[in-house]
Amino acid sequence: MSVTTVMLCGVGGQGTILAADVLAKVAAAHGYAVKLSEVHGMSQRGGSVDTVVKFGVEVHSPVTDPGMVDHLVAFESIEAMRRIHYVKPNGRLLVNPTAIQPLPVLTGDLAAPTGLNAILAEEGAIFIDADELACEAGSPKSANVVLMGALSVGLEFDRELWESVIADRVPPKTVDSNLRAFELGRQDCQRGECAR
Amino acid sequence: MTSSLLSGNEAIARGAWEAGVKVGVGYPGTPSTETLQYFSALPGVYAEWTPNEKVALEVAAGVSMAGGRVLVTMKHVGLNVAADPLFTLAYTGVRGGLVILVADDPGMHSSQNEQDSRNYAAFARVLMLEPSDSAEALEFTKQAFELSEAHDMPVLIRSTVRISHAKSQVVIGERVEDAPLVPYATDPAKWVMMPAMAKVRRIDLDRRIEAVRSFANTTPLNRAEYRDSSIGIVCSGVCYEHVREAAPELSTLKLGLTFPLPEILLRDFASKVDTLYVAEEADSYLERSLKVMGIEVTHLGLSPSGEISPGSIRTALGYPECELRESESGLPPRPPLMCPGCPHRPVFDALRKARAVVTGDIGCYTLGALRPLTAMDSCVDMGASIGMAHGASLVESITQRPIVAVIGDSTFAHSGVTGLMNTVYNGGTGTVLILDNRITAMTGHQGNPLNGITIQKRPSREVDLESLVRALGVPRVRVENPHNLAVVKRALDEEISADELSVIIFRAPCALLVRDKGDPYGVDEDLCTKCGACIKLGCPAIGKDQLTSRAVIDVSLCVGCAQCVQVCKYDAIVHSGPGCDFKGADLW
Repeated sequence: MSVTTVMLCGVGGQGTILAADVLAKVAAAHGYAVKLSEVHGMSQRGGSVDTVVKFGVEVHSPVTDPGMVDHLVAFESIEAMRRIHYVKPNGRLLVNPTAIQPLPVLTGDLAAPTGLNAILAEEGAIFIDADELACEAGSPKSANVVLMGALSVGLEFDRELWESVIADRVPPKTVDSNLRAFELGRQDCQRGECAR
Repeated sequence: MTSSLLSGNEAIARGAWEAGVKVGVGYPGTPSTETLQYFSALPGVYAEWTPNEKVALEVAAGVSMAGGRVLVTMKHVGLNVAADPLFTLAYTGVRGGLVILVADDPGMHSSQNEQDSRNYAAFARVLMLEPSDSAEALEFTKQAFELSEAHDMPVLIRSTVRISHAKSQVVIGERVEDAPLVPYATDPAKWVMMPAMAKVRRIDLDRRIEAVRSFANTTPLNRAEYRDSSIGIVCSGVCYEHVREAAPELSTLKLGLTFPLPEILLRDFASKVDTLYVAEEADSYLERSLKVMGIEVTHLGLSPSGEISPGSIRTALGYPECELRESESGLPPRPPLMCPGCPHRPVFDALRKARAVVTGDIGCYTLGALRPLTAMDSCVDMGASIGMAHGASLVESITQRPIVAVIGDSTFAHSGVTGLMNTVYNGGTGTVLILDNRITAMTGHQGNPLNGITIQKRPSREVDLESLVRALGVPRVRVENPHNLAVVKRALDEEISADELSVIIFRAPCALLVRDKGDPYGVDEDLCTKCGACIKLGCPAIGKDQLTSRAVIDVSLCVGCAQCVQVCKYDAIVHSGPGCDFKGADLW
């Protein structure tokens, strides 16, 4: 009856939906029941977004609640912090330590939050510099796949399965750079997990 | 048998296709939009976007009357627009199966209200099916066409955002090819709903509903699951899945058919459990219905508005709370915003500066209500901007300020034309801005009559918007480029000060349609005086440096639209280098 819950969060346009789709397809190909829940529409215009993927032998609800997430994959630090209470006390926290300032901060209406990465580190976050690794892989848009590489370290699915789903899902011209991005994310996470 | 991971929307489209449906019609609206898009790409079908949901349902009525099966898709508020044909189609019934997907938005992720469409089924008296995941979405849709034809009535399939935009596995099947068409024969007693015929069909509707009532008690669409009998929970749709996760040990009555309700089954279930609850979200349709039947039901105490979840059900049932990490309060909110390079931005900047009373409408441009643009006084429903501007102008206390209606191209085609006709007809004045960004943007770039792009890329003809507005009798009509701020200001000043009704069509493609981005801009620190004029545009690529208070431009977001260059009086915004230097320093 055990279900694994993964939440991917970030800013609309960062590629959370594609990453979640890859994860869901991998879990399904592995033989699990899968549910994925996302929100389209207005929030995608640069708003705060999250997508939930749940898999296991039997999955009922597609949504999750505070304290129920096994793996939080945050594409951005403020959005990681916004959902920290969703992560189980023993859950895993992967964070791309970049800050995209929300409009109220950009306009000077509100102060930029400070010290978030320190708090996240205290909470046990593993930082994956996905933007830099994506550039290293050859495509700045592949940060989402870098993070899937990092996530894959803590999940039971075969690496070949991930690679075949990614190759199938991303635009044909970007397959090589995305597979490199996946590998770089994997390596970086392994370093992070070892450091803990 | 192949298993695929499909969203509820895709599964409904697939179900319709497997049922042999050849025609799909709808108007885009979150969370329903992908249904018709997915359907339109399946082999052997015809699909069309219509200007609005009423037209969609009327097209579908024609298909059905002629004997074809037809799928109609819309969001919950779209059913308000299509309610007029819906109520009378309950009387006429159908020939070919007519199934309407109505996608509700509890929690209002992308809507102006969270009305519960189950009330429409009861009000109009048409069948309503509620799938609880993608597999049921596919199966129920196939069955909906059978039921529509068997019981001679339109069938509503109600989805919610957690069905439409949730993916789960479905077993896909084969298409029923060439379902035998019912030969067409004129039948005025059934289809001409003037009083003499309608009175007869009104009685017949009762008969048809009664037939379904007995079916409702026995169909596997409704399912009592007995576990621990101390508590039984009545639920439907995704709420059933939430209940099963929250309290797997409790008994459930899962309703797949929520109008008409299975009264005998409900009474039987209620008699077999000690305490009866209902788990539903955003409205109390089921609980109210049970009370009307005289069935004793205990209020579970879930929030009366918004979505429910396994956690909120557990809390309502008094289960122990799980251990939580401390949440961080005080984080800055992250509202959605207009994209960098959005052609709507300069219009709202000018409207704010003009201190106009702005009646707004539904689309990306509704974001003009938010800081820092803050240039919108109202947003109610599709097309409301024009009628509300006219109405406001009838009240003397407001007429000291210019009254301006703002509406997008697709929304104007949907419901703005009649409003504008009214203003012309009744001699109204004021200014109407049509923000023509060449696409239905907010729902993810669909075609519409004003750009002439059809869902299956069939040849079409674009409505000549300027001629249409002139033909309505608007005395002052002009087309302007919104990216030129001086032009926007001049056009607005001139039309606001004119005594006659005027329409300005601000025409420039949605920033996401522009493939060739311009070179990004940067801020010359020596020239920037920290005046904040560029920041007031609310472009996500421009921010105020927390330390120096100077403007900074994020070159990775900047698309080079040059709107900010035009508001900078100090020439401090200049071209910078390329946006992404991931290939190394060689580029420099």
